[in-house]
Amino acid sequence: MLHIKTPKTGRARRELKKIAPKLVETGKKTLILHGTKTSNVINNVLTEIYHLKKDNAVKYTKRNDNIRPFESGGETSLEFYSLKTDCSLFVFGSHSKKRPDNLVIGRTYDHHIYDLVEVGVENFKSMLSFSYDKKFAPLIGSKPFFAFIGEGFENVEELKHIKEVLLDLFNGQVVTNLNLAGLDRVFVCTAVSSNKVFFTHCALRMKKSGTIVPRMELVEVGPSMDLVIRRHRLADESLRKQSLKTAPELKMRKEKNVSRDIIEGKIGKVYIPDQQVGSVPLPNKSKGLKRERREAKTKGVGKTHVDKKPKQQDS
Amino acid sequence: MSEQNSNFEVDLGNLMAFDPHRHFSTPPSREELVKESLQQGTKLVQAIADSLFSLTSTEDRDGPIVKLPPPTTRLPREKPLPKPRPPTKWEEFAKKKGIKNYKKDKQVFDEQTGTWKRRFGYDRVNDDNDVPIIEAKLTDEPGQDPFAKRRTEKKQRVEKQEKNRLHNLKDAAKVGALPSHVQLAATSLPITGTQAAPKKISKDELGNVAGMAATATASGGKFDKKLVGEKPLKHDKKYRKFLPVVEGSGMGSLERQQTDKVLNKLLSTSSHNILDVNKAVNFYNVKKDKKRKHQGKISSTSSKLKSKKSPYKKMSKKGSSSEGKSKRS
Repeated sequence: MLHIKTPKTGRARRELKKIAPKLVETGKKTLILHGTKTSNVINNVLTEIYHLKKDNAVKYTKRNDNIRPFESGGETSLEFYSLKTDCSLFVFGSHSKKRPDNLVIGRTYDHHIYDLVEVGVENFKSMLSFSYDKKFAPLIGSKPFFAFIGEGFENVEELKHIKEVLLDLFNGQVVTNLNLAGLDRVFVCTAVSSNKVFFTHCALRMKKSGTIVPRMELVEVGPSMDLVIRRHRLADESLRKQSLKTAPELKMRKEKNVSRDIIEGKIGKVYIPDQQVGSVPLPNKSKGLKRERREAKTKGVGKTHVDKKPKQQDS
Repeated sequence: MSEQNSNFEVDLGNLMAFDPHRHFSTPPSREELVKESLQQGTKLVQAIADSLFSLTSTEDRDGPIVKLPPPTTRLPREKPLPKPRPPTKWEEFAKKKGIKNYKKDKQVFDEQTGTWKRRFGYDRVNDDNDVPIIEAKLTDEPGQDPFAKRRTEKKQRVEKQEKNRLHNLKDAAKVGALPSHVQLAATSLPITGTQAAPKKISKDELGNVAGMAATATASGGKFDKKLVGEKPLKHDKKYRKFLPVVEGSGMGSLERQQTDKVLNKLLSTSSHNILDVNKAVNFYNVKKDKKRKHQGKISSTSSKLKSKKSPYKKMSKKGSSSEGKSKRS
């Protein structure tokens, strides 16, 4: 006999529902963790990334000695933590002689590693080192702007990749309705060379300009750092295809027989089935169409007789 | 909805702008770089804002709210798409028969008490437990408690429903479309999409397998050294049962039953070859249905009579003909 387990409380049921696959996903959670050895820089970077993403991030504080995302077998416990915390983005910090101040940013699909980017952190400037008017400080969980500068983001494969990863990491929730008054932060990424990205976080000041579009002004609030790309692994092509699928229910169906015109507006085509003129009975029988009485007499007698018989039997 | 805004690529869905024309040939100094980036960033943000603030907005208490277009840079999903649940047995049946769901009132008027009561649940209408007296019928068997009978019947119905439910869940699990709150006991982790948790082999199961492997020697494991912690064989003898040959009652009749069973099986299988009764009946029913439909189209009073008569007339003929056809197909 099959045994099934269902949650005993409504709360547990709701929690399970939250982590179940959805048609429209609400936003990715981020797991922040580190290896056995970390430098001061990496510690600060991880805490500040956690601060930026505090609304949906999980930070682990223990040292993890068996996580090596790029090596086979080194990702098992990472995938397990991703499943455990229901996170599909992770930032893993480590520090070694070979790769000082190392940061691995990766994504998971179905709790298996999807793609990875390894970067080294240089010229790190903490949030605390910036002095600015605190009333401009961005609020937690606000929807950020992104500005990517430099042709490298289009031509160099690694930079193209990190652009997508950074966008996914800091993007937060995909929203359809946006409050314009709540916009208060910008992430600026500049491709300095073919493997170096200058990354900074700015607050946004909207000033009156006389038109409906306010004049934007950026105030650097940090953290800011240089990301030097080391290793990267792109997603498997078939997996990528699968992960980019959208539900057929959500796809916009083409509306048939409706077109739009600038002058006439919405135009619809209506198809009417053929009129079957022959089968339509005439409104009133004209005298010419009536059969003659004589004809009815000669033919009708036999007919009525035959018709009647089965009727009687029927009843 | 990406648009070219003075050489910037703007993705309004992600609030992202990209300037692909900037190029740093010589690495600039730190201050210069920061200044340059912020300047360029301001331009880009302004470009996004230009298109963002031109969208139609609805005024809300907290500020103007705009509807964003879908993003052009597609980001991967975090989990695979949920699979649709396969229809249950009942849903399949209802679809075939054209049964439609309709809403029933929660409250029903109870004629016995003259009050409104719930349709289901506690204090429900027409509850078997509330009936104090059951009138005896001619068909009742003496010595049987009608109340107890009702109770067992109810219990059986509930059990049957539970069985059906589990069956439907099993079908859903096969395609990986279990509802999120249901977990098969074999898998300890929540089921997400394609992930099927690996089945763990229990200690007992391992021991059983080891035991089976140990008997796979010529001596049936009799002279093998036992390992530490290895359990003795559960059944080290042959599985043989000798039934008494002398006929009698109880155990004595078992031997006869055994042979009867074998013979019956043989006879029943060979009888099937002569005429597949199920198939013949089906064939007959389908033909009848078709005929009725066909005649329904012509539909005259006289033909109705004929259709009624004809199947009985033709049956004797068809019986023989259907045999042949069913065999061929």
